[in-house]
Amino acid sequence: MADLRVTVAGVEFQNPLIAASGTFGFGREYNEFYPLSVLGGISCKGITIKERPGNPPPRVTEAPGGMLNAVGLQNPGVDHFIQHDLPWLSKQGTKIIANVAGNAPEDYCATVEKLNDTCVDMIELNISCPNVKQGGVQFGTTTEGVYGITSQVRKHCKKPLMVKLSPNVTDIAEMAVAAESAGADAISMINTLTGMRIDIRTRRPIIKNNTGGFSGPALLPIALRMVWQASQKVKIPIVGLGGISTWQDAVEMLLAGATALQIGTVLFTDPYAPIKIAEGLAQFMDENGIQSLSELTGGVKPW
Amino acid sequence: MKRYDSVLGSLRRADRLTADVYDFVVECPQLAALAVPGQFAQLYVPGHTLRRPISICGIDRQAGTLRFVFQVRGQGTADLARLQAGDQLELLAPLGNGFPLDKGKRTLLVGGGIGVPPLLGLAAELGENAVAALGFRNRDAVILEQDFQAAGAKVLIATDDGSYGHHGLVTQLAEGEEFQQVCACGPLPMLKAVKALAEQRGVPCYVSLEERMACGIGACLGCAVALRGEDGAEYFGHVCKDGPVFDSRRVVW
Repeated sequence: MADLRVTVAGVEFQNPLIAASGTFGFGREYNEFYPLSVLGGISCKGITIKERPGNPPPRVTEAPGGMLNAVGLQNPGVDHFIQHDLPWLSKQGTKIIANVAGNAPEDYCATVEKLNDTCVDMIELNISCPNVKQGGVQFGTTTEGVYGITSQVRKHCKKPLMVKLSPNVTDIAEMAVAAESAGADAISMINTLTGMRIDIRTRRPIIKNNTGGFSGPALLPIALRMVWQASQKVKIPIVGLGGISTWQDAVEMLLAGATALQIGTVLFTDPYAPIKIAEGLAQFMDENGIQSLSELTGGVKPW
Repeated sequence: MKRYDSVLGSLRRADRLTADVYDFVVECPQLAALAVPGQFAQLYVPGHTLRRPISICGIDRQAGTLRFVFQVRGQGTADLARLQAGDQLELLAPLGNGFPLDKGKRTLLVGGGIGVPPLLGLAAELGENAVAALGFRNRDAVILEQDFQAAGAKVLIATDDGSYGHHGLVTQLAEGEEFQQVCACGPLPMLKAVKALAEQRGVPCYVSLEERMACGIGACLGCAVALRGEDGAEYFGHVCKDGPVFDSRRVVW
C-alpha cells in the first residue's frame, strides 16, 4: 500500500488525516468503531485553563450542505485533560494535538505551559472559535491580534505550534502571514464560518447562541480558496480543513496547498469516513505513481 | 465486542401509521443483539449531513430486527420517510442508556404523541406489569394501541379533543392507577406533570428526553441538557451519552 506519511512542523503523521478539534472529543467514543491508529492524528476538543460549562442548548442544527454548532468550548479544563484523557490517548498509536483556547493571553500561555511537559505532539492555537464571547476569535480576526497572541504563546510554548485561522476575515492570507511572522510552525485552516438559522414559526434562532459556526461539505470550496491564497504567502506548512468528506476532496485540499488534512463534520455523517478517505488516497497514489503526498501539496496549476 | 456500530441495514418493512408517522423495521442482527429498550439509533438520510436520532420502538433479537416509529418533523425525517421496503439504510446503534428496568415492579408508562414509541420495547419486557397511559392529539393520531395490548399492558388512551378515549390529559388517567415506578416520554409539560405525580406517590421516575444532536455518541457535545449533580450543582450533560433516559430528579426542569 502507498506510503501516506506526511510531516508537519517536524511531526510525522502516519497518514494526513487528523480528526478536527471539537468533532472527536478526546477519542474514546470513536475508538468503539476502529483503533485510533487508523488516523494520522487527533486534534483534541478545545481545552482551556479552567473547566468550561459550554452554551445552553440547542447547540447544533443542520443547514444545507452542513451544520451549525455553538457548543461554546465545553471542556473539563487542562488539568483534567492531562490527568484523565492524555494518558489513555497517548497509548493509541496516533499523534496528539492539543487544541488550546482561552479568554486572555495569560490563559493561553498558562495552558500551554502545563502542556509543555506532557507527551502532546503539537499545540493548536484556537483563536477562531466563533461561539464564545471571549474564547479566542477576538484574537483571530485582525493581523495585530493574530500576531500578538501567537508571539506571546510562542514564548511559552516548547511544542510545535500550529495556529488555527478563522475564515471570518477579509483577507485570510494576511492572517497566515501574521501567524508565521510571530513564530508559528504551522497553520490549520479554516475554522467554521459564522452562520445562523431561524425557526419561522417562533421567529427564534434555532441555535440558542443565535449564531453558530457553519461546517460541512458546503465549506469545501471556500476552504480550498483560502488555503490556496494563504499557501502562496507563507512558507510554513498548512493543515487544510473545511468540508473534506471524500478522498477526492482530500486530494483537492492537498493540491490547493495543504500538507496534511483535518476532517470533522463528515464524521457525523459517517464515522468510518477517515478509513474510506485513507483507502481512496492510497489507491489514487498507486494508480498515479505518486510516491509521497508531498508531491501533491500545492500542485494546483492555476490558469 | 463493540457497544455500538454503524452498519448497513435492510429495510424489511416501511409502513405509514398516520398522516405523518411512519413505521420502519430494519434488519440489522448485530445491532439488535445489543439493543435494550430506551436506546436510540442515528439513521443516515441520503443528502443530509446529520443523521436523525430516532428512538428504538421494538427489538426482535430472533428476527435480528429493530423497529422505528417516527414522525415527519422536518426535511430530514421527510426524506427518511421516502425510503421503501427493500431499501438499504445505514444506521448507528444502539446509542445511549435504556430505561433502568425492574421487571418485577408494576410500572406506569406515560407517552405523549411521538413519545409513545420508545415505551413499547419496555412494555414488551414488562408484560402484565405495565400500565400504559398514552396521550394523542385526536383519534387519527393514535398509534401502537394494539401493540401495547399485545405486549400484555393495560392500555389507557387520552386525546386532547376527546375524539378517542379519555378527553383530557394522560396524567389524569394515570392518577387512578397503582404503580411502583414510572417511565415517560413526551412533551415537556407532560413530563413535568408525570414527575409531579411520581413525587406525590414517592416512586422513581425516568424520563426520555430529546435534543438536537450531531455525533450521537458523546464526542461533539452538541445535545446538551441541564442536569443537577449529586452535590446539587448544575452542569450540562448530554442526551446521547448520559441519556436519553434520565432520573427525573437529575434533570433541571
